[in-house]
Formats: sequence, C-alpha cells, structure tokens
Amino acid sequence: MINQQSPFIQKAASVTNIMLMVILALVPGLIFYVYFFGVGVLLNVFVASLTALIAEYFVLKMRKLPPKVYLSDGSALVAAWLLALSIPSIAPWWIIVVGTLFTIVIAKHFYGGLGSNIFNPAMIGYAVLLISFPAIMTKWPSPIENSLSIESIRQALQVFFYGLTQVGDGLTSATPLDYIKTELLQGQILPDITIRNFGLATILTSNQIISLAYLLGGIVLLHKKIISWHLPITYLLSLAFISGLFHLIDPNNYSTISFHLLNGGTMLCAFFIITDPVSGPTTPKGKIWFAFMVAILVYVIRVFGGYPEGIAFAVIFMNICVPLIDNLTQPKVFGHG
Amino acid sequence: MNIIDTIFKFNGGIKADTKKSVSTVRPIKKIKMPKQLILPLRQHVGKVAKLKVNIGEKVLKGQLLAEADGNVSAAIHAPTSGTVASLEKQLIPHPSGLPDYCVTLIPDGKDTWIEKKPINWKKIDRKETIKKISESGIVGLGGATFPTHLKLNNNNEVKTLIVNAAECEPYITCDDMLMREKSAELVEGIRLALHLLGAQNAIIGIEDNKPEAIEKLALLIKNDANISIKIVPTIYPSGDAKRLIYLITGIQIAKGKRSTEYGMQMFNVATIVALYKFIHCGEPSITRIITITGKVRTPNNYEVLFGTPLSDLIIDAGGKASKNGSFIMGGPMMGYKLPSVNVPVTKAMNCVIDAEPEMIENNNPVLPCIRCAKCAEACPVNLQPQELFWFSQSNQFEKAENYNLFDCIECGCCSYVCPSNIPLVQYYRYAKSEIISDRYAKEEADIARERNDFRLERLQREKEERAKKIAERKANTSSDEKSKVIDEKRKAITEALERVKQEGVSEKND
Repeated sequence: MINQQSPFIQKAASVTNIMLMVILALVPGLIFYVYFFGVGVLLNVFVASLTALIAEYFVLKMRKLPPKVYLSDGSALVAAWLLALSIPSIAPWWIIVVGTLFTIVIAKHFYGGLGSNIFNPAMIGYAVLLISFPAIMTKWPSPIENSLSIESIRQALQVFFYGLTQVGDGLTSATPLDYIKTELLQGQILPDITIRNFGLATILTSNQIISLAYLLGGIVLLHKKIISWHLPITYLLSLAFISGLFHLIDPNNYSTISFHLLNGGTMLCAFFIITDPVSGPTTPKGKIWFAFMVAILVYVIRVFGGYPEGIAFAVIFMNICVPLIDNLTQPKVFGHG
Repeated sequence: MNIIDTIFKFNGGIKADTKKSVSTVRPIKKIKMPKQLILPLRQHVGKVAKLKVNIGEKVLKGQLLAEADGNVSAAIHAPTSGTVASLEKQLIPHPSGLPDYCVTLIPDGKDTWIEKKPINWKKIDRKETIKKISESGIVGLGGATFPTHLKLNNNNEVKTLIVNAAECEPYITCDDMLMREKSAELVEGIRLALHLLGAQNAIIGIEDNKPEAIEKLALLIKNDANISIKIVPTIYPSGDAKRLIYLITGIQIAKGKRSTEYGMQMFNVATIVALYKFIHCGEPSITRIITITGKVRTPNNYEVLFGTPLSDLIIDAGGKASKNGSFIMGGPMMGYKLPSVNVPVTKAMNCVIDAEPEMIENNNPVLPCIRCAKCAEACPVNLQPQELFWFSQSNQFEKAENYNLFDCIECGCCSYVCPSNIPLVQYYRYAKSEIISDRYAKEEADIARERNDFRLERLQREKEERAKKIAERKANTSSDEKSKVIDEKRKAITEALERVKQEGVSEKND
C-alpha cells in the first residue's frame, strides 16, 4: 500500500504481536496444569491448534481471503488455546475437534471472521460442548503424582484416543466448584465439607496454583498494555465483592472470596476471556459495566444455577449487550462541557 | 519569571520516536543566493495578494510585490533585490499538486534593502501599529498561515498570551533552533505582542525535550514577572492549540469557540520573532527557518528567503533532489507528500522530510478492526475512532456525525497506534468530505427548490393578478358600454321624438 496521506509513521504494533503475547501469557498456567494433571491438556491444546489452523485455512480459502495474512494474525490460535484450556483435560480427541470446529467455523467465520464475531468464539465452542456432551464435559481429572512419568503419559494418550470408558473412572473427580455445590445441595454446611475431605484439599491447592499462574500471565499482559485494567480488575473486585457479601451473611452456605477467585476459570476469565476485544465493549466505562455484570452472572450461575461454572454463559449473555453498553457509555468528548 | 510544573493531561496522545536530535547538532545555516525566487501569491489563509509591480521592474529587498486584498489576506515582499521576471502558474507546495500564480524574481546579487522603517511601538497607538502589521505579510508561521494582524486585533478581551513552543511533531526542530539562537528576539517579541494584544501575561508552553531552549529563555525572563514558562511533557499532539491551552490552563475550549472568548490568544514562536523583526528592524516577512531532515546526509535547519527552490536546500543537506524521491512537508503525523521537489519555500513550510521508503510504502497488510480501542486510548479529543471508522467505511455518515466526527483534528494518533494497520484518518477525511459535499448539494438543492417555489408562486400571482385585471376591465367596459348603448338609444329616441315634433310642427305650418 502506498501512503499518500499522513500519518507517515506507525507504531510497530500488530494484531499478530498482540495474539502472540496472549498465548505466551497462557504458558505459565499451562505448565502448572501439565504438572498437576498430566499431559492431557497438552494434547488438547495441540489438537485444538491444529484443527483451528486447518479449519481457518479452508474457510479463508472459501471466503477468498489471503490465508497467509489471516493465519498469521494468530487469532485462531488464541481461540483454540482458550477452548482447550477450558475443557477437561481427560476429554477424548473428538470433543476438542468438534468444539474447535464450532469455535472457528461457526462462532468466528459465520459471523464475519476476525473482528466481526459478536460472541466470544471459544465460549460458544465451550457452551456447545457442555450442552451437547454434559457427561464428558463435567468429568475432571484428579491430580496425579508423577504427571510426566511414562505411565502417566501412556494413560493420558489412551484417554485421549479411546475415551474414559476404556480406561476406567478412577482418574476423575469432581471439581471443587462442582463438589461443594453437590454437598451443599445435600444439606451439608461449608465448614464440614472442607475439613472432612482431605482429597479435596489437594485439588484446591493445585487449582489455586494454576489460577495464580494465569494471574501472573495476566499481570504481564496488563504491564505490556495488551489489555486495559478495566476488565480484569473490575471483574475480580466484583466477584470478590458479591462472594464476600454472601459469605459474610451466611458463611455456612456460601464459599469464601478466595474460593471463588481461585477456583474454576476465574483467572482465565478475568485476563484472557472477557478481554477478547472483538466481542467485548470498547469504552472504559463500558468495560467496567461489562466486567461487573459478567462477575455477577458468574456468581449467580455458580451458586444458584444448574451448572457448577457459569463463565461461558455469563460471557455469551453479556456479549449480546455489548452494542448497548458501548452506546450508553460514550466518553465525554474534549470541549463538550 | 517562573516555571510552572502543574499540567493538565489530555486523553491519549502518543510518544513517538521524535527523531529530532539529528537536525539540532548544527547551527541554523544559510545558503547562497538562489538563481531565482518563486513567490506564490497565495501563501496564507485568505484572499490572493494583488500584484503591485510590473514584469521587468527592478525591486529592492523588502519592497512590496503584492499587497493584501482586504483584511483576510497578506502581502508578499521581495526577499532580495532583483528583477521581476514573470507572473505565471507554477507548481506550489500544496497537497492538490495544482499550479498557482507565482511571481518569479531574478536576484541581482546585491541584496540591497529598501529603506527600513522601524516602528516606535511604545509611542503610537497599538491599533495604528496593528494596522501597519497588516501590511507586513506576517502570517502564523507554525503552519496555519493565518494573517497575524487579525489575531492581534481584539477588544481587550485577551488577558493571556500563550506562546506555542511545543513543537510536538516528530522530526521538526525549526522552533527549537529558533529559540536557541534567537531567544532574545523572541522574548522582546513576546513583550511586544503582550503590548499589542493588551494582554497582561504570557505563558510559553514548551515540551520537555528542548532543555537548551528552556534554559536560554528562562535566563532571559528571570526578572520578568509577566512571562512564565510551562514545561509540558513530550506527548504528541501537545502543540495543537486546544490541547496546549488545556495542558497549560486546564481549560477546554468548547467546540466552535475561540480561545479569545476565554481571554487567551496563541502565537507560534516564529511568528513572534517575525513581529519583532518587523517592528524593531522594519523588516517585512521575507524569511523563515525550515528543517530539512529525513534521508538527507546532514539534516539541518536553514534560514531561507521565501521563494528559495526546495531542491537547493535538499542538495545542500546532502540529499538527492530527484523526481523519484518522496518529500513530506510538515511533520510525519500531519504533513503531506509534496507533488515534487521543485517547489519554492513558502511561509507555511516549517519542515521537509526526505522520506524513507517505509514512510511511503507500507508493506504491512491491513487487517479488520479488532475493536482493541487502542485508537480510543490514543485519541487526544477523546473520540471513539473505532466507531467512526465503522460508520465511515459503511457510509453511515449521520451516525459518524453523531459520534462527533467533526471534532476530529486528524492528528493521526489513531492510525499510528492501530495494530490492524488501518489508515483511519483517511476514512475520516473521506467521511468529512462526503458529508460536506452532501451538505453543499443539499444547500444547492434547497436554493433551487426555493427559487422554483418562488417562481411558481410568482407565476400564480401574476396569473391571478392578470385574471383580476381582466375581470375588472371587463366589468368596467361592460358597464360603460351598456350605458353608452342605452345613452345612444335614448339619444336616438329623443332625436326621433324631436324630429317627429318638428315634422308635426312643420305639417301644422304647412
């Protein structure tokens, strides 16, 4: 392109850089994930990436867009990674393939591709999987001791290719969110649940560490100004506020702030999911409202809804509201009183 | 004197690589007299100057060549002594690339001044002085080229003079060098401008990347309570008038208002030095300082006569004045590509960049907008460039206007930061020109419709009037005629009776 008009200089920023930074920021979380739960998640990430790139290539060809340019923007990879990190690491291969195809082909390209998708593609992929295959999507792995031993890797491959039924259900356990929800529904009170179940305590620790690793990546993104503070900070504060409020009123039935902040996909959501620029709001105030509402919805679904985790539905619902939010939160223009 | 530190930061702006230091290592240079000087008759905002010399006439340096046509116009003076060779259309530094009327002056090499008439500004009425300035040819030398006398004229509402020394665009250093080398003239000029404006105090707004200039000025205004320096951060576009006023005072000039309504007037440092030279030395506006930078071997600042061929300067700075080169006039953020290197230096020409190929040829692909809002974070007007882009590219001009498209100052910050490489400003220019031409077309249509309505109304009225007249006439004539007929009949009867009587009488007589 020939520049006939000013400006003639440009900052060396590109969509590729942004996407690459996001992927790099996910790496610490991924490392701890592998350490605690085995290489299953790596297989998920790998197959999701491969599926995403191939699907993206063919759709771009069909849409007569230059594949080289659009494949290198990295957006398909980010969506694939987020989906892979959201689903259980003991899911069979076809789950991740179906989910990724849905993410890339339908949620992204049917809506116009890069920059035009109104919903967060990874969350659509996740929601479709959760609704279609609830049994598989709610079975989470228990932490394993030697996650990188030959035996563990062999087992992970077996689960990946043949599914859990071939290997046995001994590998799975409920997630902390799920477990506590079930126990509470059975009339237990929180202090008893946590003390009585030693196994759960270990899971809490490993999940917490992975969450903290995501937080670390998120802080890097904030520092590099890839994402603005409005979304993650508001999200975490709002979730802390509402969970704190309920816990204060009834500590027997409502979990603590730290439980909500460090379990499930809270950190992934705060720094990597709601920060998707395409499907999110653009104004500073809009970002604050968006993050606040997602946090409230997440809490409501977790605590009062039918699912243990509510991020995907909360984000998809708030994606619908983005045009309205942007419209209502226009900042004051210079010189307009 | 004091140095004020508190500033009011506007939204966004950008911190670009300023590339200024390359052109500030050497002092301001002069080049030898060019073979000819080409002086466009329009180098300012307003009406074209009226030619006052004949072709072939010998003129002295500083002699009037063309006078201001009315109030919003500026005079052109001979930058040196010589012969007026021609008046013809020549290529000028203008984005359109269209030629315009220029006077060509062949220097005689003697550089003989006309009799200089300094003005004793302290003795005479300031209105009188401003009137004289209107004949000086001085216009805003920051690039806007608005006639200066118009900005000096005010009804005592101006309290503060803001001296724009920010020079925020990358590459440009002419104001910085001017302040370093002509700081005394500048400070005297500020005192003069204060007097002419009837203002009480002056604030010099200067970016913190010019420490040498700040030091020089600070020393000179040490004992002057009326002049202060405000150091603003190096964030483009701090030199934009409204942004600088906000940085310094915290006042946002509302849309459609002038700074004078808030008691402030702004002048660029070069304009103030030009004022000083005119009043104190009697020299009209015939030179300026210009930065030649970019790809040239020795980037430099030059004090040049208006009309000097730009190619002379490029060659002197060690560049190639070839046809294939690309030259940007002004800064890289808001400047424009010159149609050719064969154009003269004009009053507006503060900087010319011998452009690196990557400035002109952008090989990064343009991707769709990902709504990252980096542009909104960078916008100094606090607009939502991503929304304006969306509306502009889909021709939803009304919505673009509702999102304050016309507040956009086209500073280029949004394009600069865009990771998708979208030429945003070009979309806004497009949308603005479409809206303006639509508006113009609508106005034309309205006028045409009004005329047509008027014509129809007139025709109808005339028709009615005519009909009325005819009717009246008919009414009149018919009654007249009737009575006439009756009269005639009566007359005939009476005559007949008369005749009968007479006949009767004559019969009796028989």
